[in-house]
Amino acid sequence: MSDAAVQKNRGIQILLSVLSAIVLIVVFAWSFNFMRAAAAPRLVIALVALVVGVGGIWALFLTADRLVGQLPGRARDILRPYVFITPAFLILLVYIIYPTIRTIYISFFDFTRGGSPQNFGLQNYIRAFTDPALLIALRNNLLWLIFVPLFSVSIGLVIAVLVDRIKWEKYAKSLIFLPMAISFVGASVIWRFIYYRAPFGAQIGLLNAIAVAMGNDPVGWLRLEPWNNFFLIIIMVWLQTGFAMVILSSAVKGVPSSLLEAARIDGAGEFRIFFQVIIPFVSGAILTVTTTIVILVLKVFDVVFVMTSGRFNTEVVANMMFNQMFIQGTYGRGAALAVIIFIAVTPVMIHNIRKLNEA
Amino acid sequence: MADTMVFNKKKLRPQEVTGRVLLNLAVILIVIIWTIPTFGLLVSSFRTPQAINTTGWWTAVFQPFTQGFWTLDNYISVITEDQMGTAFMNSLLVTIPATVIPITIAAFAAYALAWMRFLGRRLVFILVVGLMVVPLQTSLLPLFRLYNDTGLAGTYLGIWLAHTGFGLPLATYLLYGYISQIPRDLIEAAEVDGTTPMSKFIFLVLPVSVPAIASFAIFQFLWVWNDLLVALIFLGTRVDVAVVTTRLSELVGSRGQAWYVLTSGAFLTMIMPLAVFFGLQRYFVRGMMAGSVKG
Repeated sequence: MSDAAVQKNRGIQILLSVLSAIVLIVVFAWSFNFMRAAAAPRLVIALVALVVGVGGIWALFLTADRLVGQLPGRARDILRPYVFITPAFLILLVYIIYPTIRTIYISFFDFTRGGSPQNFGLQNYIRAFTDPALLIALRNNLLWLIFVPLFSVSIGLVIAVLVDRIKWEKYAKSLIFLPMAISFVGASVIWRFIYYRAPFGAQIGLLNAIAVAMGNDPVGWLRLEPWNNFFLIIIMVWLQTGFAMVILSSAVKGVPSSLLEAARIDGAGEFRIFFQVIIPFVSGAILTVTTTIVILVLKVFDVVFVMTSGRFNTEVVANMMFNQMFIQGTYGRGAALAVIIFIAVTPVMIHNIRKLNEA
Repeated sequence: MADTMVFNKKKLRPQEVTGRVLLNLAVILIVIIWTIPTFGLLVSSFRTPQAINTTGWWTAVFQPFTQGFWTLDNYISVITEDQMGTAFMNSLLVTIPATVIPITIAAFAAYALAWMRFLGRRLVFILVVGLMVVPLQTSLLPLFRLYNDTGLAGTYLGIWLAHTGFGLPLATYLLYGYISQIPRDLIEAAEVDGTTPMSKFIFLVLPVSVPAIASFAIFQFLWVWNDLLVALIFLGTRVDVAVVTTRLSELVGSRGQAWYVLTSGAFLTMIMPLAVFFGLQRYFVRGMMAGSVKG
């Protein structure tokens, strides 16, 4: 090929890359408006949405790479990695870093819907630890934080040890793990049905049917303070025990059989083996599971939102935050609650980064 | 199998037999307790409204022919009248791109972090790890206001990007863990042919990383499908955009006593996760374990 032809070819290449970038932008803009206008049949909108959502992201990367590919040697090599990393970086910036900083900023101001931030100070935090309603939420969160991990991990560990010795282990574990697939909303409906108290006629909720069969009056479980908190906690335990069981089960399988044999020869009963051999051996896994469940429970929202909306003194911090931010529009107070949740997870965050630096 | 059982039987003493029986009974009891809640919901969802309200679902289990009063009408009415059908489609529309987009962006980023040299690499990596456990609660308010200002509120694009943002640190970290372990020889062998990083990524790295991608995809899919909070804030409860979780929680508020609606509605929201659970059980467990640290 002659130099001129190569030049011409390159020209066309560059033109094509730039053109495809422009086309991509136009298509994005058009489809965005199309999806919002919603005049077309729903199925068409749905298809456009899927094609744009799934295909668009790939088109974006390929076009950007092509554009960079047209640059002269050195600039191209330096810029290429940024084609790969920039979208991720921008997303982290816009969706996590900026909003988190902004939330921390807002939390120091009186700021309500329609107004602007004013009166810089700690008032929202002071309120969080003095307001009676918020104190109840903090107390309830503490109950959740203690009892969900405690029950999930203990029951999960007992199940892990038990199923290790039966022939249908796989099936038993599947059925106990199954609730992990169910949404918190779905689980809440399941348990509302169990706790249901019929105003008249037969009790169709399992728990009240049992209560009546045993000669008691039906109970409004979700209004029974302070025990109603535990009835909500049970839902989370039901959901999370399977998670604890799976991790602890693989840890339990790692206990060397020689260790168990030795303990048995020494005359240790099964209970002593459980507490003095198995538990110390799997303590690392117990810590991991506990931390994970604690982080999850800190953010518990859906269950309370659906079951009681925080009434009957079952409020938790995350639900209260949602109410203040999006229902009452007291942004500053809501932000302070979000920051409290954030501070609670920072030890784990620091630990993760430290571990990274050691590696 | 049969051989070992005979062998076991010979060796077992009566005391051990009792132990075995007790052990199995204990596990059966636990499994029953864990299954009953879901089972009761499932049974009830197939009974007529009248039957649900007059007899407990267990009577239908014990006397399926006389006390069952089975019907599919609950599902038909919840899908049409209560708009659960629309919600189901909306959920698919939200969930599929909200799974594909973060995985794609994360895979590109993970590849760059693992196999490319560039200024700021260490910083991005520390950000990814640090942001993994940041609770999404701290992002909600500023994003909500930003969405209202830019018109992204209540759009599919808006919620895809929101889920992308919240899922990205974990996705990048998990895929980095996998992609960085690909043998160097394999990556360098492709270099000789003069391929670009892009083609190496698409034709070599992605195919090799399928197990890691599948695990995360399942986790993210279920996370988005089951999410209530993000959908509530960024998509809203308007019937034409609501997803199954927001729709179901609305039904709990508006029709809290109509058990024929709630049971069938709840089960509809669970069909997809349960299908994934039973269909892809190995990946499912792996995905849920990998994703458990999500912020």
